[in-house]
Amino acid sequence: MKHLRLYQIGLLVVLVAFWWAMTKPGLLPNLMFDNDRQAAFFFGEPLTVASRIWNWFVITGDIYRHLLVTLTETLLAFGIGSVLGLAGGLWLALSPLASAILEPYVKAANSMPRIILAPIFAVWFGLGIASKVALGVTLVFFIVFFNVYQGVKEVSPVVLANARMLGASPRQLLRHVYLPSATSWVFSSLHTSVGLAFVGAVVGEYLGSSQGVGYLILQAEGSFDINTVMAGILVLTAFALVLDALVGRIERRLMKWQPRSGETEKL
Amino acid sequence: MTDASAFPAPDPAPSSAPALSLDGVSCTFISRDSPGQRYTAVADVRLAVAAGEFVSVVGPTGCGKSTLLNVGAGLLAPSTGTVAVFGRPLEGINKRAGYMFQSESLMPWRTALGNVMAGLEFRGLPLPEARAQAGEWLKRVGLGGFGDRYPHQLSGGMRKRTSLAQTLALDPDIILMDEPFSALDIQTRQLMENEVLELWQRKRKAVLFITHDLDEAIAMSDRVLVMSAGPAARMIGEFMIDIPRPRDVAEIKTSARFLELHAAIWAVLREEVLEGYAQQLRAA
Repeated sequence: MKHLRLYQIGLLVVLVAFWWAMTKPGLLPNLMFDNDRQAAFFFGEPLTVASRIWNWFVITGDIYRHLLVTLTETLLAFGIGSVLGLAGGLWLALSPLASAILEPYVKAANSMPRIILAPIFAVWFGLGIASKVALGVTLVFFIVFFNVYQGVKEVSPVVLANARMLGASPRQLLRHVYLPSATSWVFSSLHTSVGLAFVGAVVGEYLGSSQGVGYLILQAEGSFDINTVMAGILVLTAFALVLDALVGRIERRLMKWQPRSGETEKL
Repeated sequence: MTDASAFPAPDPAPSSAPALSLDGVSCTFISRDSPGQRYTAVADVRLAVAAGEFVSVVGPTGCGKSTLLNVGAGLLAPSTGTVAVFGRPLEGINKRAGYMFQSESLMPWRTALGNVMAGLEFRGLPLPEARAQAGEWLKRVGLGGFGDRYPHQLSGGMRKRTSLAQTLALDPDIILMDEPFSALDIQTRQLMENEVLELWQRKRKAVLFITHDLDEAIAMSDRVLVMSAGPAARMIGEFMIDIPRPRDVAEIKTSARFLELHAAIWAVLREEVLEGYAQQLRAA
C-alpha cells in the first residue's frame, strides 16, 4: 500500500483525539461519571501526559538515568539468558542421556509462572539491577533453550554427513554446523526473547526498586498520578518498539543466508 | 576451464590393492519402534573399484544402492563383511573419499565460496589459501562470479556444481557419487555429466557412481554393476564398457556399441525393475 505510514499515523491521531475529547473536563456531557473531572482522573489527559514526557526528556532530563537502568537490565538479561540458553540447548540436544534425565525438570521449570520468582530474587539479589536481570534471564533462557534444542535436532542429516565427509572434527561440527543452525532458530525467537527481557526488567522494577522506568511508574501510582503512569507506559512502549526495530535490523543483517519467500534479486 | 598445467599428471598408484573394496557386505536395519522388525537392505555384496576406475552401480529404486555408498564412505558400519581402502580396513569415516550426495548437502549459512572452502578449512589450511583454492575450483566448475551467493540464491544445477567443487577441492582419491544429477533437467544433466567426465579424465580418481539411469551409467563408466531388487539386494551382473574415451555423453548414446551394451544390461535389469515395482505396489 502506498500511503501505509500516512494511514498508520492518521489512526494514532484519531485515537489521541478520542482520548483528549473523552477526558477534557466540561467538553462532553457526563454519561459515565458524576463529576466531570473523574474521566481525567482515571484515564489521564493527553496534553498533561505529553507535557510530562516533555518535562522528562527536555526540561529536567531525569528520565535518561531511569531509561539507562532499564536498558542495562534488559540487555544484561537478554545476553546472559541467550548464552545460557544456547549452552544448555546445545548440551541437552547433543547428549541424549542428559536430555532424558533432565526432561521432566525442564518441563516443570518452563511451565512454572516464573514472574512469581521476582520476590525471591529481590530477597536474594537485593533491590538493585541484579534481581531484575535474574528475572529477565529466567524468562529469556527457556525461549532460547527450546529454540536451540529444536535447531540442533533439525540439522539436516545430509548436511551433517557432508560436513563429516569433508573432514570436520566433532568440535568443528559444533562450530560450523550445529551452532549456525541453532543460531538461526535463536534469531527467529529474538523478538520474543528481547521482549521478555524487557518485561522482566520492568516487572522487577515495579515490584521493588530505587530506579528505572518501572520505578517511576510505581512512584506515580502511589500518589494516584495517572498522568505520570500513562507517560511512563508510553515511554516504555516507544522504547520497546525501538528495541524491536533494532532486533529486526540485526536479524536481517545476520540472517541474509535464509531464503525469504517471494524474494527475487535484481541482478 | 583452466589450462591442464594446473593439474598434476595422472599417476595411478602402482599398488595392487583396489582403491575401495567391499567384501561380503550385508546391512540389516532394525526398526526403531519395534526392535523385532528387521530389514536387510543389501546382502553379501562384493565390489571393488580400482584406482582410477569409474564404476557405476545401477538397480531398481529402493534396492540399497545408497546404503552401499554410505558403507564405502564409512558413514554406516556394515552388519557383516569388511570394507578396505587401498588395502587397509576402513575404520570410521573414509578420509580418502569425497562424497557427493543426492539431496541438498550445502551448508545454507555459507556462501558458495564458503561451502567449497569448508573442507580445506576443516583440514587446517590457512584461510586465505583455502579461499584462493576454493575460488579456483568454483571457476573450474563455471561458477567464478557466484562465490558470494548463498545456496538459496543459486539454481539447482549451480548448487550441484558447488557440491562438485566442494568434493573435488579436497582432491580425494576416491569419489563417491549418489545419483548426483537425478534432480536436474536433462540439458543441465548432460552438461554436468560431460564436465564430470572431463575433470575425471584429467585426474583419474577412483569413482563409485550410483544411478538408476542406465544411459548415464553406460555413458560415463568403465564398468557397470547391476543390483537386484531389495530387500537383500545382491550384485547380479557386471559389464565392462569398452567404448573408447574421451566420450561425449550425448553423442555416444546413438553409437552401435552403446545400444548393444544397453540391450544386454537392460535384459538383466528389466526383471529386477519389474520385481521392485511389483513390491512397491504390494506394499502400498
